[in-house]
Amino acid sequence: MKPTNTNDPEYFHKVVDCQYACPAHTPVPEYIRLIAAGRYEDAYMVNWESNVFPGILGRTCDRPCEPACRRGRVEDKPVAICRLKRVCADKKADVSARMPKIPRQKNGFKLGLIGAGPSALTVARDLMPLGYEIDLFEATASAGGFMRQQIPSFRLPDEVIDEETGYILDMGVNAHFNTRIESMKELLKEGYDAIFVGSGAPSGRPLPLSGYEIDKGENIQVGVEWLAQVAFDHITEAPVDVIVIGGGNTAMDCCRTAIRLGAKNVKVLIRTPINAMVASPWEIEDALAEGIPILENHNPLEYILKDGKLAAMKFEIIEYSVDDEGREVFTPTGQMETIDCSLVLLAIGQANAFPWIERDIGIEFGDAGLAVVDEVTFQSTNPKVFFGGDAAFGPKNIITAVAQGHAAALSLDMFCNGQDMRDRPEPGTNLISQKMGIHDWSYASMVTEEERHLVPHVNLDEAIHSHKIEVELGFDKDVALEEAERCLNCDVATIFTENKCIECDACVDICPVDCLTFAENDEEAKLRRNLTVPALNLGQDIFVSDHLKTGRVMVKDEDVCLHCGLCAERCPTSAWDMQKFLYISTKAGQQA
Amino acid sequence: MSYKIPTFRHPNLPKNDLGFTSKDYEGAVSTLCAGCGHDSISAAIIEACFEMSIPPHRVAKLSGIGCSSKTPTYFLGNSHGFNSVHGRMPSVATGANMANRDLLYIGVSGDGDTASIGMGQFIHAVRRNVNMVYICENNGVYGLTKGQDSATTDMGSISKKGEPNPLEPIDLCAISLQLGASFVANSFSGDKKQLIPIIKAAILHQGFAFINVISPCVTFNNVPGSTKGYDYIRQHMASTNTVDFVPPADEITTEYDPGTSEQVTMHDGSVINLHKIDDELDIHVRRSALKRIKDYKMEDKVLTGVLFIDEESKEVHETMNTTDVPLRSLTEKELCPGAASLEDINNLHR
Repeated sequence: MKPTNTNDPEYFHKVVDCQYACPAHTPVPEYIRLIAAGRYEDAYMVNWESNVFPGILGRTCDRPCEPACRRGRVEDKPVAICRLKRVCADKKADVSARMPKIPRQKNGFKLGLIGAGPSALTVARDLMPLGYEIDLFEATASAGGFMRQQIPSFRLPDEVIDEETGYILDMGVNAHFNTRIESMKELLKEGYDAIFVGSGAPSGRPLPLSGYEIDKGENIQVGVEWLAQVAFDHITEAPVDVIVIGGGNTAMDCCRTAIRLGAKNVKVLIRTPINAMVASPWEIEDALAEGIPILENHNPLEYILKDGKLAAMKFEIIEYSVDDEGREVFTPTGQMETIDCSLVLLAIGQANAFPWIERDIGIEFGDAGLAVVDEVTFQSTNPKVFFGGDAAFGPKNIITAVAQGHAAALSLDMFCNGQDMRDRPEPGTNLISQKMGIHDWSYASMVTEEERHLVPHVNLDEAIHSHKIEVELGFDKDVALEEAERCLNCDVATIFTENKCIECDACVDICPVDCLTFAENDEEAKLRRNLTVPALNLGQDIFVSDHLKTGRVMVKDEDVCLHCGLCAERCPTSAWDMQKFLYISTKAGQQA
Repeated sequence: MSYKIPTFRHPNLPKNDLGFTSKDYEGAVSTLCAGCGHDSISAAIIEACFEMSIPPHRVAKLSGIGCSSKTPTYFLGNSHGFNSVHGRMPSVATGANMANRDLLYIGVSGDGDTASIGMGQFIHAVRRNVNMVYICENNGVYGLTKGQDSATTDMGSISKKGEPNPLEPIDLCAISLQLGASFVANSFSGDKKQLIPIIKAAILHQGFAFINVISPCVTFNNVPGSTKGYDYIRQHMASTNTVDFVPPADEITTEYDPGTSEQVTMHDGSVINLHKIDDELDIHVRRSALKRIKDYKMEDKVLTGVLFIDEESKEVHETMNTTDVPLRSLTEKELCPGAASLEDINNLHR
């Protein structure tokens, strides 16, 4: 193998599993250390720079970082990254003074943003400090989009949304609430330098079985729309018997909201087995903990109405399997089941709809009802119109919308300034040695054996009587410190200098997880097998040094390195050093 | 903080026949200088014992005084240990071995502990052929007392102090051979590929198995003029043979060219394969080994590998005709055989 090029910013970035997995590449270990140090404001700002909504995401993020966490490969459970993020949002003092200054002198460019959800707000956050003038159009009365309308208050209180959307609106965004854009053609005539569409994936999919037409949407409702009605207090109660169809997070939100609105008998029905549900495991756990049964392998057949009013729903039991090509196969068994209900909530996915974008204005549309959008620049086929968030590539999650907002903002800035949007600036990186003394590092190199902490919940009886009481309480400061200490500091990279190494084996002998080997160089597959412990996790890279004095190379398997720094402590010549690698993904206005 | 090592180990760590991983053979974290060759030797002992599935509680590790003699703390943390007086480890090992012949005895010593203060003890353990592994971690310097030349420092070798050593060194391998050691090997801490199989063979050898391991002292004796530094040894190291170890249960599958390899069957049926590099050395002939050590020294080279084996040798228990079992398992029945036995003995002298 050729020597590893550690100057490639992505090499060490990939070692920081959590940050690499995060769509916005938030420097997770960096803010966790700040939380451990009690510097909640600093931790919050590290988050805010990167993911814009730390308080919201600390409660509702899909957490792609946690399954990626190295701790999960070393012991059982990952660090509770998401809940730590919430700690810095909850415990911080006022940070308004630390928000970017908005120039009075504008740069002369005017942008139109459609929708006040996470992606459009991120665009505003990135471009307001650069002097852009921004008009923001929102169909409802307040900012937040998906976060406000479709995540119930018992998971995400309004105050948190108000605060974090407020930081951006207070930058001087011209926000037009209760203003639905009915025609893109008309908007284009307003003379904006560019337009960003962040209107989300607003319509839930209906399930038009027999009986659906007769009900006319009275008691058979699309879940996301019903949740939005609850969020705006247009719906305040639910009937006794409620059926929720679907196995995603929206279904979990629907059933838990229904219970809080007075339903006594809520059931979730899904076509798959429970273990094939798409909802996050913790959402499923929370629903089950509130006594809501999830009935698996039920295929909905028809709505049963009595005297024109919904009375029950008929299902067929099916057998679930996955074929050789990974497709789901549903085999009917012929066994039927009828379940009484007076409200059905449909949570079987969302569909995009852009009836307000005319098809003759240069914006091409593809198959799924979505505009054709460039995956790098987020530009549509009309050069002035950009898309981001769920409106660009279909429903994903908040953190993805934020990441796309950052990327789109960069494109918008480059577009307005006449730069090539494909020639994007490199991410910012920095390596700083953490050595303080012989056995002393400026990070907590000791690896704690503390197990993952559970988040305390409010009393269940209390919780299910209101859809406004937040169920999770968040960590207190002491637990947060203990949880933060579980972080392995994967961003503190092991840096190897070939010409200092005397091949004394000290690092190899001390490494607790046997990830270092002096080996004869070979092709990667063979080298991986010949290590002290074979490097079988192909998802993780191996580091290969240049040739050493004996002709051998140093090989490090990155898979389960604890970043404990013992290799560097036991190295007599400082051929190993522990250096903090900071990776800041590119944002608008940040280029050198 | 290197005084504490994380408890997590690689999840795919292999297990041996006893179901142990190498973690079960580790000791405390070393307090020796970073980069000390002695730590590599500890790691080699750990690996050898792990691979041979030796139950840790069946091992006794013994040492004297010095950097080397601290190392038994850093391996086999679940074994018996005795840290004796300076240079007196051979006597303690002999006594322990007399009392309980069932344990595996691993003695660890250094050049000061063996070739200076303990020389008188060492040579008697050799000539008695005490059944033990004796590892001398030889760095040619008194590290614990800040770097004076030792009895094994080569003439002309320059340590960190800068003065060439004016005295002739003691060659421990040569002395062991002359005193009748039944297994003699020379190795280098920086070459675990050679060292681990040598330790395994020494463990299986019935009798006194001496391994001299050149182990650079990074703090006082790893400078350009030293003949025991990493660079010098790597440049001047020559091997008599490379060693493969085949446990008794495994079939020998590799075909060896009879001219270049030699198989030695150990008492338990396992085999060590010696791939000859030096044709002139006959490892069953004491004189041949002594000659080759001298020859290589003349060429400014350090001869490593297994230098001599006498797999038929009589260890001390056989010579002394002692009991077959450890003393602790003797009961009143054996110790007080009764008046009839006494009468038999008395009759022998009438």
